Amino acid sequence: MPVEIPVEKWNGQVHQVKLGGAGGRKELVVGGENTLPFLKFEGNIPHRPAVAIEVVDQPPQGWAEPLVKAWGNVLQDPAAWAKKAAEYGADLISLRLRSAHPEEGNTGADHARKVVAAVLAAVDLPVIVLGPEVAQKDNEVLVAASEVGRGQRLGLGDCLDKNYRTIGATCLADGHVAIAKTPIDMNLAKQLNILLSDLGLPLDAILMDPTTGALGYGLEYTYSVMERLRITALMGDKMTSPPMICTAGEESWRQKESKATAGVPQSWGEQEQRAILWEKITAIGLLNAGANVIVLRHPRTVEDVKAAINKLSA
Amino acid sequence: MALTGIEIYKFLPKTNCKKCGFPTCLAFAMKVAQKTVNITTCPDLSAESRAALEAAGRPPIQLVTLGSDSKKLEVGNETVMFRHEKTFFHPPGLVLRVKDNAPADSLQQQVQAAAEYKVERVGRFLTMDGFAVENTSKDAATFAKAVEAVKSKSDLPLVLISQDPAAMEAALAKATPGRPLIYAANKDNWEKMADLAVKNKCPLAVSSNGALDDLTALVDQVSKKGIEEIVLDPGARDFGPSLSTLTQIRRLALKKNFRPLGYPVITFPGEAAASLDTEAMLAAQQVAKYAGIIVLDHFSPALVYPLLTMRLNIYTDPQKPIQVTPQIVQIGTPKATSPVCITTNFSLTYFAIAGELEAAGWAAWLVVCDTEGLSVLTAWAAGKFDAEKIAKSVKNFKIADNVSHRNVVIPGHVAVLRGELEEELPDWKILVGPREAVDVGGFLKQNWKN
Repeated sequence: MPVEIPVEKWNGQVHQVKLGGAGGRKELVVGGENTLPFLKFEGNIPHRPAVAIEVVDQPPQGWAEPLVKAWGNVLQDPAAWAKKAAEYGADLISLRLRSAHPEEGNTGADHARKVVAAVLAAVDLPVIVLGPEVAQKDNEVLVAASEVGRGQRLGLGDCLDKNYRTIGATCLADGHVAIAKTPIDMNLAKQLNILLSDLGLPLDAILMDPTTGALGYGLEYTYSVMERLRITALMGDKMTSPPMICTAGEESWRQKESKATAGVPQSWGEQEQRAILWEKITAIGLLNAGANVIVLRHPRTVEDVKAAINKLSA
Repeated sequence: MALTGIEIYKFLPKTNCKKCGFPTCLAFAMKVAQKTVNITTCPDLSAESRAALEAAGRPPIQLVTLGSDSKKLEVGNETVMFRHEKTFFHPPGLVLRVKDNAPADSLQQQVQAAAEYKVERVGRFLTMDGFAVENTSKDAATFAKAVEAVKSKSDLPLVLISQDPAAMEAALAKATPGRPLIYAANKDNWEKMADLAVKNKCPLAVSSNGALDDLTALVDQVSKKGIEEIVLDPGARDFGPSLSTLTQIRRLALKKNFRPLGYPVITFPGEAAASLDTEAMLAAQQVAKYAGIIVLDHFSPALVYPLLTMRLNIYTDPQKPIQVTPQIVQIGTPKATSPVCITTNFSLTYFAIAGELEAAGWAAWLVVCDTEGLSVLTAWAAGKFDAEKIAKSVKNFKIADNVSHRNVVIPGHVAVLRGELEEELPDWKILVGPREAVDVGGFLKQNWKN
């Protein structure tokens, strides 16, 4: 008796979003699938998830030892760091303009222009530029970054409900993609997409960041919000159909499990292995929930996550 | 698949005899459908009707129990594809594979380390669930001896791995009672393995590397022997095949009510992995995507702690807000001059603020108020996070005994409570913190003088 393989009939599909592909930059397309993550027996998945490596515009404060060890001197120089990231197999670079944070340097638009220009000159990969997560500073440095990268289809974020007009308009004017971030909530994610659409930004110029909870720190919330967003998109809701981006590296390396070198229970095991695995497992969980771009920190995570994506996409 | 009242009614005698205690057969059927009364309360139910009802009422994925009553592992009986649809019920068992030809000391050491392992997370102890003993030696006596050695160090449930019925019989003699899982019946040995499962009252794993058709045929054969508790091994090993095949099996069981594949699945992530980390990543995927029992080839704390955390996360009931215990939490090693911050006991809120304080390098006293698991704004709107409640927590937890200052930081979203709180806590100065946890580091840097 042959078993009939059950296949869902989805009416919708994830929007295709292109990054780079102009101004000498390599093209990267994510999204476009009309089925759940990696279910090739059911639908068409034209593009596999992409792996971004996070680069920070100044030597990062308080990064865990395994990260510092892995990257070494390039932590001092974002352009060299981005180059190294490309060698480690990044599909794109996620550049965080941390130095613009009022507490961590309070640099302004001029500095942002220089750093973004240096990174763009150093690699031909697509680049995402993220602000320091302080609304007014975000606007200042992201608008500057937008001008420098005009026509090169960067990603710009975070685009939040409180600054979506500025970031959305900049993306529209300079031809970039907005990283629309909302706090682990399906309706807020949809709402922000609607607001950006009303502004005139097309859905193929949006990546949704549903806010990443690391393993042990809210992963299950992100996981389920992503599954719900994806299922809703596949059922035909255009306003939940942009691809999703997850900052797995940043979130998992913030946690005690990744940072603590001493004074933790023996049952936590050896730090370096535990910390890297914390990032890897956060990543594999989110990829299975529908992440189209996963932003990572440790080179060994990049290697293993890329291998897993290849196997899942084969 | 649960039956409706009307469907159950069709099987009843329809005499309205009231012997069940209900006025009509239909009323009784409705109660049965709600699971408040057992169908056997009807004294006149025919044997055929009863069998039909029991078959129809069987869960779409069979519950399978390994181990003895005191240390048992229950897997299966899942009802949804996605955890947000309801919840996942039975976390997959994580068992460690050991080989029967390993030297006795090393075998016992491996077992002891994994059996004793426990790690605490949000007030719960997470542990391994059992051992899989493999008949690598192909020798029956060695296999039996290894099972004995494992049992001398752990009373956790066992999986016995051998293709040879004679070796399996020898091992079962040492492993029962204790309901080990027999792994596995295949197309060549299934009859003998099924007989052993019946004789020893053990669950049986059925393994087939071919298409699901072959697995289905094999399950049908062993079911006819009267075996109800079956575990499936569809042979899918690597990331891609595992995800596709396990998704298909779960869908067939839940959406098509396809009986022959309505059983939990056993996976072997180590067999497709070139490194320990890859094994753990694949196991993590299988935690989320539909494994019932996961056989690991390696054990170390750094490997299983993230994996057990993954399992805890995915199998948390999304219908219930997860709460942390209301208490004073010490972030880092706080001193008498360290900040006092107020938060709610919704786990995500708690993790956000605790994580940000930690990340910003602050040692602090975090006062977790009982808001019945609601976040800051929700709890405030529901009247569960007001000045009175915060004051009560500050007093009850005696935070004043721990610090030399009298400053307390409240979340920015409840800035409106400041005035009332100053009345409730006249000795304290109320500082309104940032709205978002991410800004707490910057806020303290500006506003807190150590």
